[in-house]
Amino acid sequence: MDVIIDNLPAYVDGFLRTLFLSVVSGIFALIFGTLLAAARVSPIAALRGFSMTYVEIVRNTPLTIAFFFAAVVLPRLGVTFQQFEVAAIIALSAYTSAFIAEAVRSGVNSVPVGQAEAARSIGMKFSQVLNLIILPQALRTVIPPMINILIALVKNSSVAGAFYVLELFGYGRQLANANSDEVLWVLVGVAFFYLLITVPLGYFANLVERKVAIAR
Amino acid sequence: MSSVLYDVPGPKARRVSLIGSIVGGVAIAGLLWWAVSILAQQGIFEPERWAVFQIPEVWVLIGNGIVATLSAAALAAVIAFPLGLVLCLMRISDVAWIRIPTRIVLELLRGMPVVLMMFFVLLVFATAPFAAVVAGLVLYNSAIFAEIIRAGIQSLPKGQREAGLAIGLTSFASRRNIELPQAIRRMLPSLVAQLVVLLKDTSLGYIVSYEELLRKVQIMADFLGPDYLFPVFFVAAAIYIAINFSVSRLAIWIEKRGSKKAAGGVVHVPVAGIPVK
Repeated sequence: MDVIIDNLPAYVDGFLRTLFLSVVSGIFALIFGTLLAAARVSPIAALRGFSMTYVEIVRNTPLTIAFFFAAVVLPRLGVTFQQFEVAAIIALSAYTSAFIAEAVRSGVNSVPVGQAEAARSIGMKFSQVLNLIILPQALRTVIPPMINILIALVKNSSVAGAFYVLELFGYGRQLANANSDEVLWVLVGVAFFYLLITVPLGYFANLVERKVAIAR
Repeated sequence: MSSVLYDVPGPKARRVSLIGSIVGGVAIAGLLWWAVSILAQQGIFEPERWAVFQIPEVWVLIGNGIVATLSAAALAAVIAFPLGLVLCLMRISDVAWIRIPTRIVLELLRGMPVVLMMFFVLLVFATAPFAAVVAGLVLYNSAIFAEIIRAGIQSLPKGQREAGLAIGLTSFASRRNIELPQAIRRMLPSLVAQLVVLLKDTSLGYIVSYEELLRKVQIMADFLGPDYLFPVFFVAAAIYIAINFSVSRLAIWIEKRGSKKAAGGVVHVPVAGIPVK
């Protein structure tokens, strides 16, 4: 137990860096993922094809490979980083955006066609159809899976610890090496800080799901 | 075809989207060309970089890496599925002192990174990396399997269980003979999709120094020299993606086949806490 209290500053620092990585990558992934989803449902075939290919490839790529590419292969190709956090954010946002894109796309597609047809037939413009009819309904289906993707993102950020970033897992490795007689408690401490983020978020997702659920 | 966002395009809209397609296509091709020319500047496309693949040992190492990846995934899946089944039954048990602790354990397992569990087993139980990878995958995925099967059981009409109990089956017999077979069949696509996640997560073995495909790439790059990092990495990544892609296709195929059958077909049930699909 003592090992957790003695190293509390390290844990807090790691916790904050995990939060930082998750929030920044989350924002990038949300933006990029939404753009990808927009391309996927656009009438322009080239954009659809690009978005589909990207999502298919990334969803079938292990995250470790994405990290290896960003942190080990990219610097070999001449793209160097001052801090490895940048590599971690690139890998995490590129990976997560594919899942966000899928969630947004299936949310838009979950709106019955008749809804939009009715809106168009009473003379609404495209922007009105989108803002007043489709997005409010799509959002309800999108938000619960979105929160689950963000929970996965927090957990996935642990891979950064193996690629030179000192976040929670990175500190966990360091502390486990330094206190080899108390490994159990070191790692219990790391787990505790992850659960501090993921469990409340999970409850929040359930709550939102119950609040916004609509029967179709 | 009319979609949610657009009506069936007329001649003008078709012309506009064709022009858009050409412009977009050129832009994407330009982006790719730019990326490729940067790679070319680094000398990636020089034949001797790729000549490593003429060395049989390279293929032997890649082959070993694939076998290591697949065997860890297969063993983990084989253990995790029955364990998930048991956890699911405990999670929906009528007995509170079984149900509530199981619920807490499942919640904790789902809230932790898989790599942390692997690392935990590796250090605390001082196991071989292979055992740590398999144990980490089993712990996490059995919790997910349990949640998927639970969602399947809860999606069944209530009458299924009521009828089972009414004809005198015990609670367990009703679960085993009536509910589980239907639930598992309904959730088959989600279960196979989770297999893709499991397969992807074996690459976390890299972090606990299990010699799977990615670790072999690192070893080869260290041995052959940094110039060969990109070619070896490229081939390994392509193999990883090809394997995962095939399993994903399998999931989609099962889903399509299932929805053709009217009775007991596949349904879409949202599973809390499972981000994929």
